[in-house]
Amino acid sequence: MSTSSFLDKTIDGLNSKGFILEYILDSYNEHNIVIDANNALEVVKYLNSELGYNFLVDLTGSHYPDKENQEYQVVFHIQNLVENTRLRFKSNLSKDQMEFPSLTPVFSASNWMERETFDFFGIQFTGHPDLRRILNVDDMDYHPMRKEYALEDETRRDKNDTFFGR
Amino acid sequence: MSELEVNKKYNVQVSTETIDGEIATLNLGPTHPATHGIFQNVLKVDGERILHAEQTVGYIHRAFEKLAERRPYNQITPITDRLNYCSSPINNMGWHMTVEKLIGAEMPKRVDYMRVIVMELSRIADHLVCNSVIGVDTGALTGFTYMFQEREKIYDIFEEICGARLTTNVGRIGGFDRDFSPEFFSKLNTFLKEFPKNFDEFGSLLERNRIFMDRTIGAGPISAERALNYSFAGPNLRAAGVDYDVRVMKPYSSYQDFDFNIPVGTEGDTYDRFMVRQQEIRESLKIIHQALDNMPSGDYHADIPSFYLPPKEEVYRSMEALIYHFKIVMGETPIPFGEVYHSVEGGNGELGYYLVSDGGRNPYRLHFRRPCFIYYQAYPEMIKGSLLSDAILTMSSMNVIAGELDA
Repeated sequence: MSTSSFLDKTIDGLNSKGFILEYILDSYNEHNIVIDANNALEVVKYLNSELGYNFLVDLTGSHYPDKENQEYQVVFHIQNLVENTRLRFKSNLSKDQMEFPSLTPVFSASNWMERETFDFFGIQFTGHPDLRRILNVDDMDYHPMRKEYALEDETRRDKNDTFFGR
Repeated sequence: MSELEVNKKYNVQVSTETIDGEIATLNLGPTHPATHGIFQNVLKVDGERILHAEQTVGYIHRAFEKLAERRPYNQITPITDRLNYCSSPINNMGWHMTVEKLIGAEMPKRVDYMRVIVMELSRIADHLVCNSVIGVDTGALTGFTYMFQEREKIYDIFEEICGARLTTNVGRIGGFDRDFSPEFFSKLNTFLKEFPKNFDEFGSLLERNRIFMDRTIGAGPISAERALNYSFAGPNLRAAGVDYDVRVMKPYSSYQDFDFNIPVGTEGDTYDRFMVRQQEIRESLKIIHQALDNMPSGDYHADIPSFYLPPKEEVYRSMEALIYHFKIVMGETPIPFGEVYHSVEGGNGELGYYLVSDGGRNPYRLHFRRPCFIYYQAYPEMIKGSLLSDAILTMSSMNVIAGELDA
């Protein structure tokens, strides 16, 4: 089966289950699929058992403070090594309900990736066996990759970025 | 806790004759001469047998992803140096290619081939460190001293390209800052002539050495299923028998032009990981020979004036060059909106960059897929029930690099 027809099969399969909220094939030829966070584990289980997507490439988060009710995003890439197809899944989370199902029942690899995402963004992975901070110190009381935490001390007055910072 | 309870809790089958029922907690690290970096493992041991292990990571976390959100694209290259510092050029090239993918720049063939040479050289350097250190951990120090001399020669070659040795910051977005010099070619040719002989000598010390084989076969094995489930990549995954290599599956930088083999193992143990790396060094040499022989003529950088710095003498003479120079240095060049994921085959496997751009001077979000971070979580599973000395060996054969682990 050629790569593109296998991709069509994947998208059709996901569509028939009603998983896809939005599908974009972008100009970089990457497949972006927006799914509902509540369905994420079912989507991954379906892809893994029915369609042979056996390699979780990457899982991470992003913060978009300006998008109302979609402030946080969980992004993961998943790959079928036999057919050589890679998909990018996104799910938007509201800042009031930052919960995403843990993918650890399917992929052991997502354990630390989820801990890292929790550590830096504060996204709660429900069903995770051991959701603790991983790279930062345990008694840190904020999630540093959120956009409200500027990298530099905002009280500094010796630097003027007016002309150069956009 | 009684012996039975412990066995049940940690799900360990150990023959009862070897147990005297005393469980000790042992801190392996954070600084330990045998771990080659800052790794802490809290081990539960019964005598010398490991019942349970738990890693602590993050000792050298430097917030690269946060730093990258305040830096223009050109200034992120030095950050990538410090991920896997045994093969910095691969990280640099991976980052350049990610940005080139975002801005849609096409590289001339010569740039691709130059990149292939640099990347394969650093792959050799990376694998040499790993394999000679496996030798050290089994008690064979001789090979290490000889192979570090060879690694030094590779660093001399890097110095000829970019002036730096370890944290190279080599190349630019859009190609290289200068063409390869004649000294580079003469050094590379000498290296290609002398290295295979010395390397085979190193191989003959260990590859079929009965003591080494007895020591490493069966140490820290992982099955192909578990390795895939843990998203292993690179030599560690291939040692388990899965032939996944980004250079073949998603070719970048004209890797499709080259003829090379992907060595795979069967058991996923320390010996297989060692042998896969040994063979990969030989394949890398093949690739470098092909790239040198078929090196296309042409420019050493792409024609993208709004991203690639103009030559210095132009900046002083022509208005346009001065404007471009200013805009690039101040990070004022227009970057398209979009998000890309690009990955390269690093020394340890798939090194990925997930980049989100909002059109600003800095990335909106940059995430590094660090292979070490992902496969190191399988370590407790791999050493469970084995001896302490095997655990050390397993870690060095997995080639866990602290800089890449903690980002």
